[in-house]
Parts: sequence; structure tokens; C-alpha cells
Amino acid sequence: MKSNEIFVLVKKEINLEWRQKFALQGLILYLASTIFICYLSFKAKNQSIEPITWNTLFWIILLFTAVNAVGKSFTQEHRDRNLFYFQLFKPESIIFSKIIYNSIMLIGMSLVGILFYTWVMGNPVGNFPFYLVALVLGALGFSSTLSLIAGIAAQGENTATLMAVLSFPIIVPLLLLLLKLSKSAMDGFGLDENIDELGVLVALDLIVIALSGILFPFIWKH
Amino acid sequence: METLKKHSWKFVALLLLIYTVVMGLYGKVPRQAILNETVRNLYFHVTMWFSMIFLLSTSVYHSVKYLQTSDLSHDQKSNAYVETGLIFAVLGLLTGSLWAKFTWGAWWTNDPKLNSVAIGMLIYLAYLLVRSSLPDEQQKARISNVYNIFAFVIFMVLIWILPRLTDSLHPGNGGNPGFNSMDLDNRMRMVFYPAIIGWTMLGFWIANIKIRVKKIEETIEETE
Repeated sequence: MKSNEIFVLVKKEINLEWRQKFALQGLILYLASTIFICYLSFKAKNQSIEPITWNTLFWIILLFTAVNAVGKSFTQEHRDRNLFYFQLFKPESIIFSKIIYNSIMLIGMSLVGILFYTWVMGNPVGNFPFYLVALVLGALGFSSTLSLIAGIAAQGENTATLMAVLSFPIIVPLLLLLLKLSKSAMDGFGLDENIDELGVLVALDLIVIALSGILFPFIWKH
Repeated sequence: METLKKHSWKFVALLLLIYTVVMGLYGKVPRQAILNETVRNLYFHVTMWFSMIFLLSTSVYHSVKYLQTSDLSHDQKSNAYVETGLIFAVLGLLTGSLWAKFTWGAWWTNDPKLNSVAIGMLIYLAYLLVRSSLPDEQQKARISNVYNIFAFVIFMVLIWILPRLTDSLHPGNGGNPGFNSMDLDNRMRMVFYPAIIGWTMLGFWIANIKIRVKKIEETIEETE
């Protein structure tokens, strides 16, 4: 029953997004223009960019995109409609469907992002498949951590500010791990050398998803 | 007699702290290169973090209790323990900074533990900000307690797991010997363990007073 519920909700999210494409288009435009600004201010001026700056810059761009993308999860629809969902579905299904939908969206975003980023900024990555693994894990981590925070922030008056203040410190452990992992991928290392970091990253993702499932019903009650 | 019994643990805390301060400053400590006499800071720096962890854990316990019962007194307690835990975190940072100056040569070093704790402080400051931004009591309590549990788990990952993946100047990390193997001899243990208990009890004492102040403020607001 429950997995069916989640599936229906994910489908609903995708449908909604597809009907009002402007939100998605806005995000892609946001991503592209940030990358282009970075190109103008780093690459076009100095002709070259340090690999470590290349990596960090890309993750920061992704982080801001993710905060913007996930932050609207609960504010996009009308408050009354949320009440309707509240009566219809279990809260666990709601948060899991949000996490799944946001993961799909963020994975798409980071793939579009890396493509465009490579185009203008070059690509010094040594082990590109492994870098993609880091990107996918990053998208999963961002969406699971930020979905719960978005639920919290949507309760307050000033959603955007609250979202930024609450999410940035809490995302740091994840971001540090991702930076480490992707730096290692840039230096050409693969799975064998990074098995510890990968384990911690997956564990952190799982912990956050489990916590979201446990804690979300309490904020959804409102 | 009843009150004496009720408050006896505070005398124990006081005695332990007097013992810690006196023995911490006058007791014999092993001579170590670089560390020298600064090793005494063990009783005043490391213990702060122990107390902070205990206080924050208690706060999470009350957060869980609040979510189960919706009883606002648990919310007050949870909040008071976080605030007290933050005081201890600040003290831990200050004593650590002092220690770093005399052993590592700088007030602030690029050490994963220092950075983790700084981020942890940001997380908890965000918690305080959420509390002040929501006017409705029940809503404030529900959201901040959910955030508190979430933040605690992330904070634990931040200070226990991540520093172990990188090199650190702290003992026991990145190839540095831990205190247990070299430096912490039995004489120091005799002060160190009571010091942990003493500081932690002081922390709970402070939190206790904070809770009482909050209760009084609440009653005053209600009567007004």
C-alpha cells in the first residue's frame, strides 16, 4: 500500500512540475547564469583555474541550486491543498515522495550543470565516472537533508531566509565529504581508494532519510 | 533536612570543582616536550566538551519526550540544556584557543575539529534563531525540537566521524598518539575523571536554574 502511495505522489510532483515548466526553467537558467558568471570572473580573466577551485566552485553552485530547488517543495502548492494531502496520505509517504522527486530533479540538475560547466570551464577530472558517482550521491544527500529542512522552513513566515539559515550549517558535513570524494576523483582515484568516505557518505544519507521519516510527521501535523 | 537532601548534589559538584581547580593547578603532572605545564589544561578544556555532549544529549532526550507528549515543560528543558551546552562550547573553544597558542603556535589553526565545532555552533545558533522567529508557542516548540534532534545527529557525525577521516593536530588523530597511551598517567586520571563529573554537574546546575527562570517568566507573562 505504502509504496503505491509514494509512487502516486512522485507522479503527482512530476506532473505538476511539467505543467508549470517555468519553475524548472527558472532553475536551469539560475544554474546556467551562475556558471557563466563564474566563467567570466575566473576563467575569462585569468585563462586558467586551479583544479581545487574548479571543484569547490562547482559544488557551491550546486549547493545554491539545491537550496533554491528544494526550498520551494512545500510552498509551491497552496496551504489548503496541503491540508487535503494531509487527510489523504501518510506523512511518511509525503516526505519520501518529496525526497525521491527532489533526488531525481537534483540528479538531472547536476548532470546539466556538469555539462555546461565542462563546456565553459574545462574539465580537469581524472576519473570522470567516479566523479559522476559523487554527483549522484551528492544529489541524494542534498535532497534528503534539505527536504526536511524545507518542511520546517515552510512553517515560518520568512521561508527563504529560514531555509538558508537552517540548511547551510547542517549541510556542511555532507559538503565536506563530497568535496573530499570529488577531489579524489579529480586526482584520478576510484572506488578502492575512497571506500571509507563512500561508506560514511552512504551511511549519512541513510541516517538522514531515516530521521526525515521519523521526524516529518511531527511538523506535518500542523 | 528535606532541602538539604535535595540540594546535596550541588555540594558534591562544588567539592569536585574545588578539588579540580586546586589539584589542577598544584597537582603533579608528567613533564612532556612542547606540552610542559599546559597539560593541566586537560582538566579545563577537554572536560568542557564532555559536559557539552552530556548537556546536548539530555536536550535531545527532552526533545524526544516533547514530541511524544506535547508537554511544553519538556520544550523548556530541552531549550535550557541547549543554551547551557552552548556556553560550554564557547568555554571549550576559548580554553582550546589558549592551549593552541602555547602548543601549536596560533590562536586558531586549520584543524578539522576546530572547524567542525565552529560549524556546530552555527547549527545551534540557527536553532536559537528559529525559536525567536516563530511566535506561536506550540509551533515553535514542535519545529525547534524536530530541528534539535536533526541537528544533534548531524553534529555528532561532524565531531566524531569526519575528523577521524582527516589529519588533525589533536591527540589520537592522524597518527598523533592519544592521551591514553602516553600522557595521561594515573595521577592525572585522579583529577581528570572527577573534573569531568564536576563540570558536568555544574552544567546541569546552570541548566536547572535556567529552567526555573523560564518557568517564572512564563508565570509572570500569564498573570500579566
